[in-house]
Amino acid sequence: MAVASEVQADVKLDELFPAKPWHAVAIDLIRRYPLGAAGAVIVVVMILMAIFADVLSPYDPEENAFEFMLTPPGLQFWMGTDQFGRDILTRLVYGARTALFVGFSCAFIGAFTGLVLGVASAYFGGRFDLIFQRVMDVFMAFPLIIMALAVVSIFGTGTQNVIIAITIPFIPRCARVVRSSALAIREIPYVDAARACGFSDARIILRHMVPNVMAPFLIMISAFVGQAILLEASLSYLGLGVQEPTPAWGLMLQGGAEEYAESAPWVAIWPGIAISLAVFGFNLFGDALRDALDPKLRAQ
Amino acid sequence: MYKYIVKRVLLMIPTLIGAAVLVFFLLRLIPGDVCELRLAGSGLYADPAEIELCRTNLGLNDPVFIQFADFVIGFLILDLGDSMWTGKPITFEIGLRFQLSLQVAFMATFVAVLISIPLGTISAIKQDTWIDYVVRIFSIAGIAIPSFWLGIMIILGLLILTQKFLGTPWMPPIEYVSPFEDPLGNMAQLIWPSVATGYRYSAVATRMTRSALLEVLREDYIRTARAKGLLEKVIINRHALKNSLLPVVTVIGIEFAFLMGGLVVTEQVFNLNGLGKLFVESVLNNDYTMTQALVMIVVAVFVFTNFVVDLFYAWLDPRIRYG
Amino acid sequence: MKRLYSKIAISAVVGAVLAVGGFGAAQAQKVKRGGILSFVVGSKIPSYDGHVESTFGMIHPIRPFYSLLIRINPDNPSSPTDFICDLCKGKVPAGADGGKTYTFKIRTGVQFHDGTPLTAHDIVATYNKIIFPPKGIASSRKAFFKMVESVSAPDDFTVVFKLKFPSGAFIPSVATPFNFIYSKKDLDTRGYTWHKKNINGTGAFSFVQHQPGSFVEGKAYARYHHIGKPYLDGFKAISAPKMALRLQAIRGDRASIEFRGFPPKARDDLVKALGDKITVQESDWNCVLMFTPNQDRKPFDDVRVRKALNLAVDRWEGSKYLSKIAIVKTVGGVVFPGHPLAATEAELVKLTGFGKDIEKSRAEARRLLKEAGVKEGFTFDFSNRAVDQPYKVVGTWLVGQWKKIGLIAKQRVQPSGPFYNTLRKSSDFDVSIDFNCQSVINPIADVTKFLGSAGNNYGNYDDPVLEKIYDRLLRAETESDQRKIMREYENRAINEMAHLGITLWWYKINPHRSYVKGWKIAPSHYLNQSLDQIWLDK
Repeated sequence: MAVASEVQADVKLDELFPAKPWHAVAIDLIRRYPLGAAGAVIVVVMILMAIFADVLSPYDPEENAFEFMLTPPGLQFWMGTDQFGRDILTRLVYGARTALFVGFSCAFIGAFTGLVLGVASAYFGGRFDLIFQRVMDVFMAFPLIIMALAVVSIFGTGTQNVIIAITIPFIPRCARVVRSSALAIREIPYVDAARACGFSDARIILRHMVPNVMAPFLIMISAFVGQAILLEASLSYLGLGVQEPTPAWGLMLQGGAEEYAESAPWVAIWPGIAISLAVFGFNLFGDALRDALDPKLRAQ
Repeated sequence: MYKYIVKRVLLMIPTLIGAAVLVFFLLRLIPGDVCELRLAGSGLYADPAEIELCRTNLGLNDPVFIQFADFVIGFLILDLGDSMWTGKPITFEIGLRFQLSLQVAFMATFVAVLISIPLGTISAIKQDTWIDYVVRIFSIAGIAIPSFWLGIMIILGLLILTQKFLGTPWMPPIEYVSPFEDPLGNMAQLIWPSVATGYRYSAVATRMTRSALLEVLREDYIRTARAKGLLEKVIINRHALKNSLLPVVTVIGIEFAFLMGGLVVTEQVFNLNGLGKLFVESVLNNDYTMTQALVMIVVAVFVFTNFVVDLFYAWLDPRIRYG
Repeated sequence: MKRLYSKIAISAVVGAVLAVGGFGAAQAQKVKRGGILSFVVGSKIPSYDGHVESTFGMIHPIRPFYSLLIRINPDNPSSPTDFICDLCKGKVPAGADGGKTYTFKIRTGVQFHDGTPLTAHDIVATYNKIIFPPKGIASSRKAFFKMVESVSAPDDFTVVFKLKFPSGAFIPSVATPFNFIYSKKDLDTRGYTWHKKNINGTGAFSFVQHQPGSFVEGKAYARYHHIGKPYLDGFKAISAPKMALRLQAIRGDRASIEFRGFPPKARDDLVKALGDKITVQESDWNCVLMFTPNQDRKPFDDVRVRKALNLAVDRWEGSKYLSKIAIVKTVGGVVFPGHPLAATEAELVKLTGFGKDIEKSRAEARRLLKEAGVKEGFTFDFSNRAVDQPYKVVGTWLVGQWKKIGLIAKQRVQPSGPFYNTLRKSSDFDVSIDFNCQSVINPIADVTKFLGSAGNNYGNYDDPVLEKIYDRLLRAETESDQRKIMREYENRAINEMAHLGITLWWYKINPHRSYVKGWKIAPSHYLNQSLDQIWLDK
């Protein structure tokens, strides 16, 4: 994994998106990255689902309706209902909101913190870098799921705490990748030149170093979103994540779903597919992004 | 090189100390304690004086710095002490689970290598053809499908299918037997989690094989080999694959280290009595001594693996040594 | 090699059991001997010491290694009053000397698994450890025996308990399944904590091995004092924390039975898949799920608000639906339903929140809230335990019920450790899930849960009126008096003060492989676990 992220950053984004009409660009991209395009479609559909959840579904995702308990899929409930009589499709649609919220929050907070720390560490070097790297080492080495378990046990369950739990282990992972990219850049003469010109540290970091580590950073974010969604599902499945009655995919798999999986397979199957598809989409998209940003992997 | 090795070894020390401090205080921040859970956790009448006595007996009422010193000194002299939950020696408890976790990790690695090397190679050679796309979809699916869900589906599928076709439902054994005592029973239990984990693991390795091979195929010496008119098969097998294996082996090594302590959820699904399950249980039981020991072991393994990988790269790329 | 030894050992035991079986055969003709019983256990073993631990995770695998002085009748475990002798001889003694002296005659010829003969002195040493433990030695059920003055052995086979005052709670306390009889020799020479990690009892099975986190194995004890038993060659208690897996294990015949309980839907699925290969036993369960409002916090110090919380909950509808998905079912008051002291349905519907016209109740609830100045949409913190059955299922149901009177409960689910900390120590909750779960049914002792002074009451209130009623209850001698005072107690705790909200009593469902015979369901998962009656019809 460490190697995968050592991406060369000598490509400019505008080279990828030349000034053509948007549909031509789109067609061009689809032709060049069909899998990435498929991923993007999945991601966009998910985002739309999350935004328009209230419009899309006639049911309340949290309201118990015991008279409809465990109804099989049919005309009224397209994907059936769960043990509290709640419509599964509705909960899936609202669940996209939870998944995306957790996924993006963790990815962005984790990645940006990591970016700042990683670039700063690389730029200042010396003792600061040394100490900082040791701290990052500790967090890297610390088992991820155990960290999450501990955070949830300390702060309690619930969406915000799940986000904290998942974000903490992301920071060092991002910081490390960014730092190694930034270290390579620091040696490039133009940073020296900037320093010679008397630019401030902040300016050099923000204007010269940050833009040049954008490629691995973007790839990282796309990978984090998928990972965060999976981690949230795992934590919820262990009973330590998002809590009832909030609709969340991992939570839908926990509890009754497994026990009823045979006579009411719809309770266990749909949320699993939703998680897989979402993570699948983000990964396809991320892969295409990597291909696009890394010239070494581009087809001849 | 020696200087570099010494430096790297010295750098491992602060990481270990940091992890020790982190786990120690993190655990004590978690509300509740092992005595409350044991004596009041079942809803029966619980005597507060008894709970207090239990705390005293376990040393939980000692000053924090004494508890910390106990833990650090114990770790240094390799005496991990007793589990607060079972009262049994931690080395014994961990040893019991280690065998299983090690075996699953090996089997999963085997599955992963078996899948990933051929698939990654084909995918790279046939880049951007439908074969490449199918392989990539297959491998990304491996990352995307939650392993616990896959596990649930496997057990349920086995029960339903065997009942349908054999008449009686069959499922993997739910308790561990050593492969030396009953190899068949052992396999019947561990093959499923190994496949479920191995598939996920192969996904990472397949992608790495593909990208590493693609990179190598762009190298000049491959172009030279082609220009010489060597067969494509020879080029791939003799030159490209060999040279692209390094990052793949690295990824496999790091993933292996993760597997040793990271099968947390899969072990739950298959009822495996491995280190991951022990990990979750000891955190949830507020079993400080056990969790501390486990975390320190996982951290030590991780730090050591990284050390080896770093040495390897330093050996390959002298710039790193002086960087 | 170890395996070989144990095989030889087992075959030796089979031979011995068959020989003994010769003269016991007449009374149990149909019983088949032999076989290993595999069962799954959903909780973990902390230590082996029954006097200290209180989880069924220890009882299920360890209880078969030990005997008790008296136990509930394994042929009639559903009766809360039918106790029989285990290590004592003849009938369970009635109190002499105005109910202040109990004399037990002890069986002769009983041996511990290590060969030491059992005498009255072992029982005295055991009960002295339980009732009067030396300083620094834990004993979780010391408080059960507050009435005991002394335990002594006038001769080698007689044990005498002298009580300070007569108490109906004494005999049920003795029958508590945690009171394993230890050998005096072990206690004297190996110390009072030896039994935490070691086992030496007189039970139907002797200890073979324990792989922590995985299983406990026992083999039949040839010199067991109930002649002719056990019928099994041995048992294996397999640890399986996930309920779905325990269920699948029974389906895939990796285990034959689970002794705690499954939700009804799971039972239906098993029966549907396996037909008559599955037998289902069901019983009311001596556990009740409640919610406790924290009276240290506003507005829950206001009885009107607590009453409203109660009135919002439709127990009758809840029973109908929750009993399909959760291990709760029976609507009841403060006493275990079905016990002579429990409220009848006619008495029950008069209690706050137990009325059958839910619309009327909820209208009343809204009126009370308005009167108390609690606004529509008032949000409070609702603490729950991260265990699915039945806590989270019932919790999710309660949240829905309170929403119907305009209250928003924010469910805060925590793993057991932090949950207990919130409930017992820090007390930082508005309303919490709470429960009362006991082994031997003993209503007069069990209802102390509602007293503000009780160690397991977390409502942070002090109700002298209730305490006074309880004092009278404790001293009441006839059942009809007890019943009358119990109604007063119930009325004060539930109707007038609404201290704790009773939701539903648990309902125990044990679907098991039909070839498991001789085990009868008891109203508690702690009871009837000696396994000596069980045989396999294979």
